[in-house]
Amino acid sequence: MSVVVYAETSEGNFKNTALEAVSYGKKVAEQMDLPLIALTVNATNPAELSRYGADKIVKINHADLNSFNAKIFAGIVQQVAERENATVVVVDSSSNGLYLAPILAIKLSAGYASNVVAAPSSIHPFVIKRKAFSNKAFSHTEIKSDKKLIGLAKNSFGVFENPTTANEEDFSPEICSSEVRSTAINKASGNVSIADADVVVSGGRGLKGPENWGLIEELAAVLGGATACSKPVSDMGWRPHGEHVGQTGKPVASNLYIAIGISGAIQHLAGVNASKVKVVINTDPEAPFFKAADYGIVGDAFEVVPKLIEKLRDFKAQNS
Amino acid sequence: MKVFVCISHVPDTTSKINFTENASEFDKTGVQFVINPYDEFALARAMWLKEKQGASITVISVGDASVESSLRKSLAIGADDAIRIDAEPTDGLFVAHQLAAVLKEHACDLILTGRESIDYNGAMVPGMLATLLDWNFINACVGLEIENQTATALKEIDGGTETLSATLPLVIAGQKGMVEEKDLRIPNMRGIMMARKKPLTVLAPIAIESSTHANRFEKPAAKSACKLVDASDVDGLIALLHKEAKVI
Ligand SMILES: Cc1cc2nc3c(=O)[nH]c(=O)nc-3n(C[C@H](O)[C@H](O)[C@H](O)COP(=O)(O)OP(=O)(O)OC[C@H]3O[C@@H](n4cnc5c(N)ncnc54)[C@H](O)[C@@H]3O)c2cc1C
Ligand SMILES: Nc1ncnc2c1ncn2[C@@H]1O[C@H](COP(=O)(O)O)[C@@H](O)[C@H]1O
Repeated sequence: MSVVVYAETSEGNFKNTALEAVSYGKKVAEQMDLPLIALTVNATNPAELSRYGADKIVKINHADLNSFNAKIFAGIVQQVAERENATVVVVDSSSNGLYLAPILAIKLSAGYASNVVAAPSSIHPFVIKRKAFSNKAFSHTEIKSDKKLIGLAKNSFGVFENPTTANEEDFSPEICSSEVRSTAINKASGNVSIADADVVVSGGRGLKGPENWGLIEELAAVLGGATACSKPVSDMGWRPHGEHVGQTGKPVASNLYIAIGISGAIQHLAGVNASKVKVVINTDPEAPFFKAADYGIVGDAFEVVPKLIEKLRDFKAQNS
Repeated sequence: MKVFVCISHVPDTTSKINFTENASEFDKTGVQFVINPYDEFALARAMWLKEKQGASITVISVGDASVESSLRKSLAIGADDAIRIDAEPTDGLFVAHQLAAVLKEHACDLILTGRESIDYNGAMVPGMLATLLDWNFINACVGLEIENQTATALKEIDGGTETLSATLPLVIAGQKGMVEEKDLRIPNMRGIMMARKKPLTVLAPIAIESSTHANRFEKPAAKSACKLVDASDVDGLIALLHKEAKVI
């Protein structure tokens, strides 16, 4: 028996979410007294995973697997899980992880819990804590089936070093066919995505119009962060859909979330509750966001933000 | 073309979330339930396929009689008929099995769902349903065209979008972008009158165990008060973020 983690790569490199999933897998493996097996596809440096506690690294290298396909990748994780007799399988919550997990759950006949934020509180019965009600609550969920599939929420457990000497093993899985073909990938180059960002700078209707978004973009650039917005801002077409944060938009689980000219409606806050530190800049001291934030400035964005950009530039110059 | 739209009946986005005394169940008292917001985008896209390409639409939901308000609203928006599977939706796997059992008995080209339901946030029913039916699945859809049994879908990925192409039948889980916010449908009086005469079939569930169980709920810990910094003191804010919060 074993715990198997699928450690996703992006252009051959492990994302933070993959390392977090391996760190989490290690914890579960220790609790269950089982070996931790990490599975990678086309990784440049698979050995890196031994630093986070993998006892064995199963390496798959195949030219056909350079682009992600949910059905094919679910089939691969299934084969490794079955080969290693996995009782627990862990995947991350990248958009690919979220896509393949429900397919994998059926293929493995595993009970699946998504949005998991902590190591099991008990192994018999197997109980984990997961987010529910759009970050307004947590659920302590028991997975009753023999095999268990865990979708780990981003930035919830952390990345921990746990050096081991791992065996590496090559594996050639069967690659199933998929009728879903990818014909184009459109990524805004250079920009940090909300899913990957440690810092997210978000603007609301208080910014008055799309012509003022330079402020948000500049602040995000200084902090190496991503830009985001409230729902009405994307509804009005000031910003693309992909940037709308909230209960009906993107969830943000960054270390720092800066909300500028956003009132803090319940639906918006649901999407940012999982961020570690929240800062609000708003002219209205009564804006509900002040109740949810850690730090706040009551002030006009058009005065405060340019100053903040300037001072942060100085700060970054001194601290880098 | 026959389209099924899966409707999840969820607490309105403004709802305060409370639990029953021993925290074992969601407290529905005073809570208004609505069509899951993502499912509204799926339904609006289905309506577009109906009007432009002559598709017929069945809406389907797993739940007790209370979900019929969301099904009736879907009929008023323009779905042709509705099916309710009479069972408490205990978890994603359970719901997927119930839907699959009914869909195996019906001719269908396309199943549209939401990306996730905003109550238990499983994001699992659509992918499970597709796999149980042995159909292909497209997730996080933000644009959809169908021509000659071939779907071209725009899918959101981390940091951008991907264009996918596949032949029907398909399960597609969507979100905003499938239609624009302004193209969401609101039922009109005529629609509401007509909905009363449209068929709503209630089916018995199949016997199946759920694989997970929510034993207990918990609300996030109350957070400490917001520290206010004077608007003239952005240096003070930077110092707090650096030294205290350690996020920059
Ligand atoms: C079903 C449903 C789902 C929804 N889902 C979401 C969701 O997922 N995400 C989301 O964001 N919303 C969502 N909403 C909308 C939500 O209810 C709010 O309407 C929205 O979040 C408000 O956006 P806002 O804060 O940008 O605008 P407003 O509420 O108009 O707030 C603007 C703020 O800017 C401040 N301001 C004005 N001028 C300045 C200035 N010069 N400097 C600084 N501050 C200034 C004002 O004091 C005010 O607080 C949803 C609503 C519904 C009904
Ligand atoms: N009880 C249900 N009845 C019908 N469809 C559902 C039900 N629950 C979820 N769905 C569909 O599956 C999607 C994803 O839900 P979930 O997997 O619960 O996050 C929803 O947007 C609905 O389209």
